[in-house]
Amino acid sequence: MQELKTIRQIHDAFDSGVLTPSDLTRNYFETIKSSQHNAWITLCERRALQQAEELTNDLTYKHGGKVPRSALPLFGIPLGIKDVLTIDGVRTTCASKMLDNYVPPYTATAVVKLEAAGAISLGKLNMDEFAMGSSNENSAYGTVLHPTHSDRVPGGSSGGSGTAVAADHCLAALGTDTGGSIRLPASFCGIVGMKPTYGRISRYGQIAFASSLDQIGPMTKSVEDAALLCQVMAGVDAKDSTSAEIEVDNWQQTVLETRVSDAKGLRVGVPQEYFIDGIDVEVRNAIEGMIQKLKDQGAEIVPVSLPHTQYAVSTYYVIAVSEASSNLSRYDGVRFGVRPPEAMQAANLLDFYKKVRGNFGAEVKRRIILGTFALSSGFYDAYYRKAAQVRRLMRTDFENAFQKVDVMVSPVAPTTAFKLGEKSKDPLTMYLTDIFTIPASMAGLPAMSVPVGNDHQGLSIGMHLFAPRFNETVLFKAGRIVELLAGGAK
Amino acid sequence: MSIDYLGQPVNYDTEFETVIGLEVHVQLATDSKIFSPAKSRLSQDGSVAEEATNANTTEICAGHPGTLPALNETAVEYAIRAGLATNCQINLRCIFARKHYFYADLPKGYQISQFDLPLCVNGFLNIELGAEGETTKRIGITRIHMEEDAGKSVHEYGYSLINLNRAGTPLVEVVSEPDLRNPEEAGAYLRKLYAIVTALGICDGNLQEGNFRCDANVSVRPKGSTRLGTRTEIKNVNSFRFVEKAIEYEAERQRQVILSGDRIVQETRLYDAQKNQTYTMRAKEEAEDYRYFPDPDLPPLVLDSEYIESIRNSLPELPDDMRDRFVKEYGITRYDAGVLVSQKSMARFFEESVSVEGGVSLAKTVANLLIGEAARLLNEGGIDIRASRFKPEHFTELAKLISDKTISVTAAKQVIGILWSEGGTITAVLEIVEREGLKQVNDLSSLEPIIAKIILDNPKQAEEFRAGKDKLIGFFVGQAMKATQGKANPAMLQELVLKKLKEQ
Repeated sequence: MQELKTIRQIHDAFDSGVLTPSDLTRNYFETIKSSQHNAWITLCERRALQQAEELTNDLTYKHGGKVPRSALPLFGIPLGIKDVLTIDGVRTTCASKMLDNYVPPYTATAVVKLEAAGAISLGKLNMDEFAMGSSNENSAYGTVLHPTHSDRVPGGSSGGSGTAVAADHCLAALGTDTGGSIRLPASFCGIVGMKPTYGRISRYGQIAFASSLDQIGPMTKSVEDAALLCQVMAGVDAKDSTSAEIEVDNWQQTVLETRVSDAKGLRVGVPQEYFIDGIDVEVRNAIEGMIQKLKDQGAEIVPVSLPHTQYAVSTYYVIAVSEASSNLSRYDGVRFGVRPPEAMQAANLLDFYKKVRGNFGAEVKRRIILGTFALSSGFYDAYYRKAAQVRRLMRTDFENAFQKVDVMVSPVAPTTAFKLGEKSKDPLTMYLTDIFTIPASMAGLPAMSVPVGNDHQGLSIGMHLFAPRFNETVLFKAGRIVELLAGGAK
Repeated sequence: MSIDYLGQPVNYDTEFETVIGLEVHVQLATDSKIFSPAKSRLSQDGSVAEEATNANTTEICAGHPGTLPALNETAVEYAIRAGLATNCQINLRCIFARKHYFYADLPKGYQISQFDLPLCVNGFLNIELGAEGETTKRIGITRIHMEEDAGKSVHEYGYSLINLNRAGTPLVEVVSEPDLRNPEEAGAYLRKLYAIVTALGICDGNLQEGNFRCDANVSVRPKGSTRLGTRTEIKNVNSFRFVEKAIEYEAERQRQVILSGDRIVQETRLYDAQKNQTYTMRAKEEAEDYRYFPDPDLPPLVLDSEYIESIRNSLPELPDDMRDRFVKEYGITRYDAGVLVSQKSMARFFEESVSVEGGVSLAKTVANLLIGEAARLLNEGGIDIRASRFKPEHFTELAKLISDKTISVTAAKQVIGILWSEGGTITAVLEIVEREGLKQVNDLSSLEPIIAKIILDNPKQAEEFRAGKDKLIGFFVGQAMKATQGKANPAMLQELVLKKLKEQ
């Protein structure tokens, strides 16, 4: 089973009869249960096995033993779902004590679409509490371990997704990305992680951290699978007013048709502000090496400038925390948010809120307090409004730069996976982990992490690619070229 | 010691003026909620009595994590109607904002409202003042913005219970300029606004259910001052009369506070109708910072002027136009017409009553009966005329009977009282008249002996009348009315009494 890496390979195995959706699903549960990675919070074993059994029967009796690839492109494909996405009747915690007992009555649009395409949801993946973190050390359900180096972090906040895919607990997973939460763990874990354009995939059922930045995306073993999952999930949703009514292309086809030779004429931007001091030398070498390979294949390498990059992290941390402080207001212990026993002895409503909301983790509390401050009357203009203005400048930077190039590249992070505990005591250092991924989030761009090599310890290095808004096509094309040049998925 | 207020000395002889601005929450009568497909409008009259607790909720209005708002287009259309009917400018781009505060019946911890850039701005409406509505005053409307309602808290059996049926119901908040100067003006403004939103069909207008709720900002200042005094806000008064009384009380309270040398505290107050006084709910100093910011889940609402014009062209007849038409078409007074159109159901009822052949000649009488006795009973019962047992034909018939002198106006009022409790078809009117013996006595021959006897029995008064004390005619007519149990035609009676007094 280990050698079966991509959805297409699995479907071929279903067709030849050597594997059924039920076998595959059971195998994955065995792997998950024997794993020490702590990648999962809740398994939906009964639900998943039932789905798998129905699909197994359908395969024989309804589809004549052949996977109906065009009608059900994800037929029998077991997926992991980050525990920030709702599934009707399945506990959804956001890795927070506050939602320890929360069972949503509805399913996220993205999950509905995947399951409608034949996917099987194995369970809910561990993450940083409310998707706030870069190392997955902020989970109320314990830290997730790196797939291959148990003293290292998998990256966050979709750390469970990163480890689960890399350690083959599932074929692919959903992550969510606000400032890098898909791309960073993908880079650290050595898989493909893709954040679509803001508005591409409905956020309905994605428990909000920062609504103007949050975006669901696939974490997979190949660019092709990322393209397939993305095209299944993409599209306008009446339930999400920020989802875009823009045509969804057949990105899987784009990937399948892309050859290394297509690098010829591709204009690849290299933003000078991203190649700064402080980048690990092995990371820099790997990225520059890949840039050279692209050049060797005929790509046009264009130095570009994104002058407002230096403000990205600070403006991001104003906007994201402001929105978070608002989005997390509903966890007040009335309808949502666990009421600890002492809350029932509260003297008054204010005391009740204190006793309930005191149960957020430290990082979540820090961000709620920062956000509440930034939105306060008298500070709003200096912080939130100013940050929104800088954000517009950053978008303009990208628009200008994309006049000259088709796609841009950079490292995903300055380093490979760092050690557990290495940065958890220093929020600022932790925040700087996302220095290269945040700008694309601020501009709502589609972006992707593709593995391009390892450092001397065998820790994966991801290349960061990002493209103009709603041009996922060029992103997948470039990502596939990089994957091929790196000797990745065939 | 002299007392200064707003930079000028004041004392008990100083004439004060009240400055009032009103914020009215109008519940929009859309079928579904403002951001969720949950049922919003529970019945045509807005009554929710029969709805099970939390029955009309979805994951969206219950604020479940991960849910997102999707704006109800009908609610936008209704809000635009309100803006156009009150002469507002409609912003072609407006923004929804989150208003944060913690309360148990606010599921998300914030209310989606509008702050900067509301939907409608800079409007006005005209109110009629004076006993006969003879003077008109223009009251500015600062803004009309859209927002969602919160749920309802019920405090019972030592628990606080939450019903989310109302959570997410669409509202518009209509904010007036501080142009109102006394309780009467405030009352006239509220009645006019109420007439407009019900005529537009955007609000069911059920006051008991809170379809139309008013907060009043009240301050006082020495007359002639152009500065504004410290204001207090009186919250959630849902009867027009109570708003007037609350303002009256509050203005006087503020005057007393100032004259005693104390300071007015900017605060929110509640009105106790039974005691007719206002009391502190919370001081503004400790009020929350709402931390407004644009809701990232809702893109700016962008409208085009063609759409606005199509709504403008489809607006129904507005109360002022209807009033003028009533005056012209039915020859009733401007005042009567104004009262009739202040309630859409009453206006329609009136028009149906006079839509028969020759109805125009009955209009004045029908209007009087509706505005007088019928309205009195409806107000007492607190119900809409359409929910009562009255039918338009009842009033057509009564007006006919009055005009052909079959019954007197007094008798008609009695019939209305009986119809109020019994109802019935069109034939009921005559049946009641017969049953109760309310027919006017128009027969001279039957009246003559009665009058003759009265004159004989009261020789002293007869003598005085003949000596020139004309006023005594009333005494004789009264006696005769009494003797005929009110059934005599009064005009005929008076004529006959005069004749007999002179003869006898």
